[in-house]
Amino acid sequence: MMLSFFDQFMSPTYMGIPLIALAITLPWILYPTPTSRWINNRLLTLQGWSINRLSQQIFLPINQGGHKWAVLLTSLMIFLITLNMLGLLPYTFTPTTQLSLNMAFAVPLWLATVIIGMRNQPTAALGHLLPEGTPTPLIPVLIIIETISLFIRPLALGVRLTANLTAGHLLIQLIATAAFVLLPLMPTVAILTATVLFLLTLLEVAVAMIQAYVFVLLLSLYLQENV
Amino acid sequence: MGPLFSPTVALAEKRLLDVKLGEIFSWLGTRDFTPNGLIGGVRKGHDRYYNKYINVKKGGIGGVAMLLAGYVVLSYVWEYDHIKHDRWRKYH
Repeated sequence: MMLSFFDQFMSPTYMGIPLIALAITLPWILYPTPTSRWINNRLLTLQGWSINRLSQQIFLPINQGGHKWAVLLTSLMIFLITLNMLGLLPYTFTPTTQLSLNMAFAVPLWLATVIIGMRNQPTAALGHLLPEGTPTPLIPVLIIIETISLFIRPLALGVRLTANLTAGHLLIQLIATAAFVLLPLMPTVAILTATVLFLLTLLEVAVAMIQAYVFVLLLSLYLQENV
Repeated sequence: MGPLFSPTVALAEKRLLDVKLGEIFSWLGTRDFTPNGLIGGVRKGHDRYYNKYINVKKGGIGGVAMLLAGYVVLSYVWEYDHIKHDRWRKYH
């Protein structure tokens, strides 16, 4: 008999319609566009303010050329944060637990930063492969190591997001099952487990936001090196 | 809200909550189920919800919370066929 703990990560369908389609379009529905009025409603003002502050923070260290990426990176970050947070609601499906989705975000964007660097400033981009001040005998080994680390970046970006979210959801399900099963047997232990579950949920909320942020931050870092 | 007397208003122009139970199938017959009509219906529903709960000067958490609650219910319905096996399972 197979364990059903991993079934929450299977893409569910209902009468042929996959839930992932709804889960991916939901963030688009949740953020209304500002109208051309001078003052919008309260929710829209809040949304605009937070998006502004977010993009300011991300693009502070990047020079002028990188600001072309502002719209893309900010919308990516908001998308990831919304997907992660919505996945914490009961019975919902988190698309970011699917490795395919995260790699689809990571690989093209990383590749774009590398290609931009190679096109605009090839010597500087290649120069990143050798940190300053390395002793001469170490140079060949270090270049190989740095090349490997360059190519592993998209893999790391995608897998980091997937693994963090999957592990979090799995832990929540495990501990919740434990608390539920223990309740008729040993109520005290069940209450302790419930406390752990509560703390874990708080952690998951934090992780959901942080992971999205880290994703975009690293991308902006790669951009900064290359632009 | 539309008027409450059925003889004075044409069936096709009534809203759903004003239709009497006996007339509901004929009311459904007057609805527009073409793709354009469906999209128009979704857009109208979205605009009505948006203008009533979100596009107000001091919107609160209620508008978004109702949307999320509806999403949770919809997800439950979507996954019911899969979850119902967990009811009295011995090993999870």
